Amino acid sequence: MIIGRRKLIAGLGAGIALGGCQKILETEPADGLASSLDLFTRDAQRLVTDRNALAREYAPEERSPDFRANGSRTVDTPEYRRHLANGFADWRLTVGGMVARPLSLSIADLQQMPARTQITRHDCVEGWSAIGQWTGTPLSHLLRLARISDRARYVLFRCADSFGDTPYYESIDMIEAMHPQTIMAWRMNGQPLPERHGAPLRLRVERQLGYKHAKYVTGIEVIEDFRTIAGGKGGFWEDRAGYQWWAGI
Amino acid sequence: MRRHRVSTRAWHWLNVVAVFTLLMSGMTIFNAHPRLYWGQYGANPDQPWLHIYATRGGEGVLRVGSVEVETTGVLGVWEKDGRTQTRAFPHWMTLPSHYSLSSGRKYHFLGAWLLVIAGVLYLLWSLANRHVWRDLLPSRKEIAPRHLWHDIKDHARLRLPRGEAAARYNPLQKLAYLSVLFVILPVIVLTGLGMSPMMNASWGWILDLFGGRQSARSVHFIAAFLLVAFIVLHLLMVVIAGPVNEIRSMITGRFRLPPEKGDTP
Repeated sequence: MIIGRRKLIAGLGAGIALGGCQKILETEPADGLASSLDLFTRDAQRLVTDRNALAREYAPEERSPDFRANGSRTVDTPEYRRHLANGFADWRLTVGGMVARPLSLSIADLQQMPARTQITRHDCVEGWSAIGQWTGTPLSHLLRLARISDRARYVLFRCADSFGDTPYYESIDMIEAMHPQTIMAWRMNGQPLPERHGAPLRLRVERQLGYKHAKYVTGIEVIEDFRTIAGGKGGFWEDRAGYQWWAGI
Repeated sequence: MRRHRVSTRAWHWLNVVAVFTLLMSGMTIFNAHPRLYWGQYGANPDQPWLHIYATRGGEGVLRVGSVEVETTGVLGVWEKDGRTQTRAFPHWMTLPSHYSLSSGRKYHFLGAWLLVIAGVLYLLWSLANRHVWRDLLPSRKEIAPRHLWHDIKDHARLRLPRGEAAARYNPLQKLAYLSVLFVILPVIVLTGLGMSPMMNASWGWILDLFGGRQSARSVHFIAAFLLVAFIVLHLLMVVIAGPVNEIRSMITGRFRLPPEKGDTP
C-alpha cells in the first residue's frame, strides 16, 4: 500500500514537471535564448567542418525510385501555364543587386555554360530524405560573371510560386553560395526539371535542408542584409512559420 | 553520510531538464514525419519499418514491421480539449504542446547543447577525479556471471542492499549507468549529428557507421526509447529504495544508510 501511494505521488510529480516544462519554454527569455542558438549552431558547425567539404554523392542505383515532391508543386498562374506550354523558351533568370554587371539569362543561355551533375540526398526539415540526380549551372559561375561586390554577404532567390499572395523566396550566405555543389539545376534524373520539382530552374544547396532549395527561380539578388526584405527573416518559411534561417542541421 | 559529489548532482539535475526537453521536443519533430526507415533515403513513397498513423475510420495505429497495434486515444488519434487530432504523439507528450516543427527544433537544439556541453564537462571531470574508475567500473568479481545472477535475483525480489553496501552502486546499477553514459548518450549525439546535412558533408563516417541518414534517424529514435526505459526503471528503483532519502542525497548529497536487517532504526 505504501508503495502504491508513493507511486501515485511520483506520478503526480512527473505530470506537473511535464506540464511545467512546456510552460517554462514558452516564455520570452527561454524562447529568445533558443532562437539565438541558430547562429551559434552555424558557427559551431563551421568551426569543426571544412567549408568546402562536399555533400555525399551517390551511385545511380542508390537513387530513390520515386522522389517525393514537397511545397509548391506548380505555379498557379496563366503566365506559368504559357511558359510550361512553350517549354520555358521565354523564361528569364535575372542576376542583380550588388553586382557590377547585372544579367538576364534564358534557360538555353544557362545550358551553354559550364555544368555540374551530381547525385545527392535531399533532406527535408520534416525528417524524410530522397536521392536524385541534378544537373545545373554552378551558382559561383553566375556570381563571378556578374562581378559581385566585396560587401555582398547573402544571395537571395526570388521565385514564381507563392502561398496565397506571399511569394516564395530564400537566402543563403556567401560560403554556401560559392560552394562547388551549389547549382541552379535545370535537369533532374536525366530529364528536364519536372514541374512539381520546380521547372524550369531550382536551387540545389546540398549542405542545407530542403526548404532552402528554392524552386521556380526567376531572380538572384546579391545583398548585404535581408532584414528589410519581405518579413525580414531571410526566407518564406522563416517569415511564415519561424523556421531557422540556418538550415545546416 | 555523504553520497554523490557536487559534479554528479549538478549534472543529474541539468540532465533532467535537458533530457525532458529533448524527449518532448523530439516527439514534436517526429510528428512532422511519423515514419522510420532503414538506409540512405526514405520518404512517403518508400516502405517504413515503423509508422504511426490514423486510418480512414478514425483509428490510431502503430505499425512496427508487419505488426499492427491499435492505439486510438494515445498514438495516431487522440483528443485535445474535446477535439480529435490525428498527429502521432499526443499534445501532453510534446513540446510545445501544439504542433510547431520550428519551435520543436528550436527547443531540441537548446536541449542538445545543454546535454552535450554538460555531458562533456562531466565526463572530463569524472575521468579526472577518477569517479568512473572508483564508483562506476564494476570489479572483475562483480561481473562474474554468478555474482551478476545473484544481483539480478535480488533485484527481482526487490531485495536491495542495506547498510554500508547501499552507499555504493551495485553491479547492475553500474552496468546500467555505464551503458547510458558510454553507449546510449554517445549514440544519441552521433545519430543526431548524422541527420545534419552540414555535418554529413564533413563527417561522412557517421553515415557509414549507421548505414545512412534514415538509419541514423531510426537509431536516434531507438536510443531515445532506451533512454526512456532507463528513466522509468531508474524512477522505479528510487521509489523502491526510499524516494525521500534517495532524492535528498541527489540534492544535498546527504544519505541516510538503510539499517541492516534486524537492527532497530
